[in-house]
Amino acid sequence: MVRTLLVRGMLVGLLAGVLGFVFAYLVGEPPVDAAIAIEESAAAAAGGASGDEPEVVSRLVQSTLGLLTALAVFGAALGGIFGLAFAYAQGRLGRIGPRGTAAFLAVAGFISLVLVPQIKYPANPPAVGSPDTIDIRTGLYFTLILLSVVAALAALAIGRRLVAQYGTWNAALIGGGVYVVAMALAMFVMPTINEVPAEFAPAVLWDFRVATIGLQVVLWTTLGVAFGLLSSRQTSAASRGG
Amino acid sequence: MTDFTHFPSAKPAVIPVSEILPWAVFAGLLSLLAIYFIGAEQGAVALFQGEFIHEFVHDGRHLLGFPCH
Repeated sequence: MVRTLLVRGMLVGLLAGVLGFVFAYLVGEPPVDAAIAIEESAAAAAGGASGDEPEVVSRLVQSTLGLLTALAVFGAALGGIFGLAFAYAQGRLGRIGPRGTAAFLAVAGFISLVLVPQIKYPANPPAVGSPDTIDIRTGLYFTLILLSVVAALAALAIGRRLVAQYGTWNAALIGGGVYVVAMALAMFVMPTINEVPAEFAPAVLWDFRVATIGLQVVLWTTLGVAFGLLSSRQTSAASRGG
Repeated sequence: MTDFTHFPSAKPAVIPVSEILPWAVFAGLLSLLAIYFIGAEQGAVALFQGEFIHEFVHDGRHLLGFPCH
């Protein structure tokens, strides 16, 4: 049973990665190219020998095969974890069924792994971010994601304990409140990083960040909907005696 | 699986943690390693020398929101 769910998660994740590639290529690449153009013109203006930096991987490969590989591997890995989370959540979240369970996991994963951490440490296009601070930025980014997952699991556990006393709706509100307060505190305490150069085009930054959130919406929606669809088919087939 | 046959509208069978755990540990580790290579290798830390992996997945890394460089 776990094997089925793991394989299903990885396949659905692969599909999510491929769909994400289509979105990222069409919507994400234009602002990435624009940011690289800004980076190169800034380097040229600074008197550096622009364009002389040797390209390890060409822009064409980066924006096609490299992007597809990154999203397919990321999607399959995320989907595998999703399938395992589903294996645990199934039947433990009340009577919401397989489609509801998959949708709940996708929404919870998107909010806790992407949306909330990105509020504090948003994605940056090329040309933004100093190589000197990559260590600290990477550490802070993953720390906040870890804190967010811990806070979400704690909020879920607290909410579940309160269901009997306050009812499902109020217990869910309290659990959600616990998560919001915990993450607000974490974000307040953790250092803010803004390395966007003053002369960087705001519209490019906006387009890039909207594209990154859009890509995650594509990934998580595919995971939640497709995984739920396949699981509910299996369940109804089983209940028909198949 | 037979539970579905007898109680089609009831909760699906709960899979015991002991059955999930080995899969979760092994596949979870592999998945996190894969995500590490897409998201962070040859950035802040590097298992392999050079910058090919970083440059190859460069656009995906930026667009997935990982700190790239």
